[in-house]
Amino acid sequence: MEISAIYYLVPALIMFCCGVYGFITRKNMIAMLISLELMLNAVDMNFVIFNRYLYPDAMEGMFFTLFAIAIAAAETALAIAIIINIFRAAKNIDVRSLNEMKF
Amino acid sequence: MESVGSIILYVIVALAMIVFSVLAVTTRKILRAATYLLFTLFAAAVVYFMLDYEFLGAVQIAVYAGGIVVLFVFSILLTSKPGDNSERLTSKSRFLGLVAAVGTLAVAGYALVSRCAMFAKLPAMDAPTMDAIGTTMMGTGEGQYLLPFEAVSVLLLACIIGGVVVARKR
Repeated sequence: MEISAIYYLVPALIMFCCGVYGFITRKNMIAMLISLELMLNAVDMNFVIFNRYLYPDAMEGMFFTLFAIAIAAAETALAIAIIINIFRAAKNIDVRSLNEMKF
Repeated sequence: MESVGSIILYVIVALAMIVFSVLAVTTRKILRAATYLLFTLFAAAVVYFMLDYEFLGAVQIAVYAGGIVVLFVFSILLTSKPGDNSERLTSKSRFLGLVAAVGTLAVAGYALVSRCAMFAKLPAMDAPTMDAIGTTMMGTGEGQYLLPFEAVSVLLLACIIGGVVVARKR
């Protein structure tokens, strides 16, 4: 058996679809953020796999993933700060009950 | 032809990735979802190691597993009681989620299997040395990444200040 690119891409694709499903069905903001991380991670894996299989001499995919990991860390930290602030103001983080700012 | 060991490792990693990412979005205990996310991220790190990107795998473990998941666990413990179950899904929201997920799976899966490049063999590659990685990250020439590196450092600074300002007590 030869492990070709598709063998890595299919688990990444399933991971992305799980992220889509979780982002739509979950109502807790932290659970939505976890689904978002799943999607981001699947995309990172795709960058690396395409880099390795199609352009083994270049390092572009690897560096995109490095910068994407850094930006994902920053984004998660800020999102969690916002979620904790919302929790302090509204006492829960359920997206259905957070409609105060809607008119 | 791959060795038997690498095929076994691949099967374990692929199964772990699929099972844990499904569990992470279907479990009703939020702390368990964070734990399953941790396992999924570890599986991704193992994939990076298997593809000879050792530095990237180390970064994945250090930043994601060491940093982001800890942040998640802290914020979960701050915002919900341990042992809480989330509500059962309504059939409408589950249906919508399944439609979106299966639609994505079908479109992207068809696009994947219809390209013969996806069945390429693993080409030989020297694992990128730390020397090459550092030169590429810090160089200013073509295909080198000093400007994005500095931009990320400014972004992280802005993120620190923003996080302090947003989360501080008034």
